[in-house]
Amino acid sequence: MSAATRELPAPAGLAAPGQTVVRIGPVSGRVRWRQVVVPAVAAVVVVLLGAVSLGRGDYPIGLADVLRTLVGLGEGNQPFIVLQLRAPRIVVGVLVGLALGIAGALFQTFARNPLASPDILGITQGASVGAVAAIVLGGTTGAGAVLGGLGIPMAALAGALATGLLLMALTWRRGIDGYRLVLIGIALWAGAAALTHWLLTRAEIYDAASAYVWITGSLNARTWDQAVPLAVSLAVLLPVALATSRALAALQFGDDTARGLGLRLSGSQAVVVLVAVLLTAAAVAAAGPIAYVALVVPQIAVRLAGCSRPPLLASALLGAALVVGADLLTRTVLPQALPVGILTAAVGAPYLLWLLVRGRRRSTL
Amino acid sequence: MTRTGPVRLAAESVSLAYDEKVVVHDLDLQLTEGSFTAIVGPNGCGKSTLLRALGRLMRPESGQVLLDGRSIARTPTREVAKVLGLLPQTPVAPEGLTVADLVARGRHPHQSWLRQWSRGDEAAVAEALAWTDMSELADRPVDALSGGQRQRAWISMALAQGTDLLLLDEPTTYLDLSHQIDVLELVGRLHAERGRTVVVVLHDLNLAARYAQRLVAMKDGVLVASGTPAEVITEPLLADVFDIEARVVPDPVAGTPMVVPVRRLR
Repeated sequence: MSAATRELPAPAGLAAPGQTVVRIGPVSGRVRWRQVVVPAVAAVVVVLLGAVSLGRGDYPIGLADVLRTLVGLGEGNQPFIVLQLRAPRIVVGVLVGLALGIAGALFQTFARNPLASPDILGITQGASVGAVAAIVLGGTTGAGAVLGGLGIPMAALAGALATGLLLMALTWRRGIDGYRLVLIGIALWAGAAALTHWLLTRAEIYDAASAYVWITGSLNARTWDQAVPLAVSLAVLLPVALATSRALAALQFGDDTARGLGLRLSGSQAVVVLVAVLLTAAAVAAAGPIAYVALVVPQIAVRLAGCSRPPLLASALLGAALVVGADLLTRTVLPQALPVGILTAAVGAPYLLWLLVRGRRRSTL
Repeated sequence: MTRTGPVRLAAESVSLAYDEKVVVHDLDLQLTEGSFTAIVGPNGCGKSTLLRALGRLMRPESGQVLLDGRSIARTPTREVAKVLGLLPQTPVAPEGLTVADLVARGRHPHQSWLRQWSRGDEAAVAEALAWTDMSELADRPVDALSGGQRQRAWISMALAQGTDLLLLDEPTTYLDLSHQIDVLELVGRLHAERGRTVVVVLHDLNLAARYAQRLVAMKDGVLVASGTPAEVITEPLLADVFDIEARVVPDPVAGTPMVVPVRRLR
């Protein structure tokens, strides 16, 4: 093969099909069109779904009235319905989708394993332990009283953070190995699941029902009280997550190659995993463990964008589109309002299966 | 080419261990500018471990590795990556990654958040692809290549990194004979035409003797012999290090020593 090709000249620019080189002053980079188009389209879809969502529900409001309300010209009870009932729900949905999508992309790229997502690694299950404990034990004695006093979101946040940090501590050996992370994560998931079920068996029937709704992940009755802290957390965490993309590009090759390329390995690993844990915890505290968004969305994004690792921005925006779209479906098409977590799994999983069956890539699960 | 150039990379009484098990004992080694060294030895003798320490993938239990006279452990990893490139034993490329993207990743130590694809990067990658005859395959996914082509792609990436020193861990493993020769010819050209200082761990003694200027033989974590292939590949050494009775005859093509095994000792 070598002798035959040696005479051929090198390509002039290396501008591979579908990519453009940008250089402005000291700034330079390569732009791949699919990696721009996918997040752009996803962003438009999120805005459209959000706009439709504001108008739909038990009390339909036309798009014109929605827009009028948004600029402060709403009439009657429209401002209350749009701005106090529906807007926070949609904002929470968008933010939770962004956070879960990008957290899944971080975990999967880091571990070089599409199974690595906060659902599988026990972090969302840890949040469930916290929330269910707060619901079931709330206000009785000892630890339950403390948890109940924190409120369900804080208890969930504490559960997710505790599990995530325990995962990091148990996996750490002068750095974090991807396989070890997944195995220890699955063990933590199993432990947390057992704890959740034990709590549920002890619960009063009414508590068990509300705990079940929480475990499924729901945007029902979200208010600005959940939206604002989530927005503040993401304002800090999303830029940090996006800034890790250069490190991830080296990390995706394996530890030795990454260090050979000059990456400070253990430091970069710690930042990536910590940011992913914090993003998951923030999302889960606001809306419960909405299932499979973090697992499925990065795999959908990587196939749509046609790249070698889950693209961070596209994963975030597709996550938002999935959550808001699923929430819109539960409130409009379905005869009875279901928690959104049921739909994200029901919609996301078949779409991923379709991409896997249709695609050229092997499915390395 | 000279053996008397400045020392670029040196191990100073280095001991290496995995957990409690000591694999390399108190080893000294100096690698001079422009040399081509092959580390040989039986399985488990610590040769790959030594290479990992030379490439700062492993921290010595005691002793130190010096890069251009400076402790490699105290040099920022990015500075090291501009001078020293390494190719691990079985590198993994993410699924779907193209050859051009793999080779472009070699520019990582030269890039920053703002400067992700300078003209220098572009030129280095185009040249590395052309030099390794990979330009034609630039748009192919790495996982769709044959073993020999894949190894070429990785060498191309190391070339694009633009380092003076190149450490390769068994680059010919899993390749058939023609691709083994292909890879070693390529590494030999990197040394001869591009002036790279090369250290390579090899299993095949005849190929090591053919391509390297200097052989380093290891047994049980200790450096047993070091010198030209003719100095190192001797019948007593083969008996001592590899436990084989063998005849050493001149390679009819290159004149370098060639091992003809007779039987296994012990």
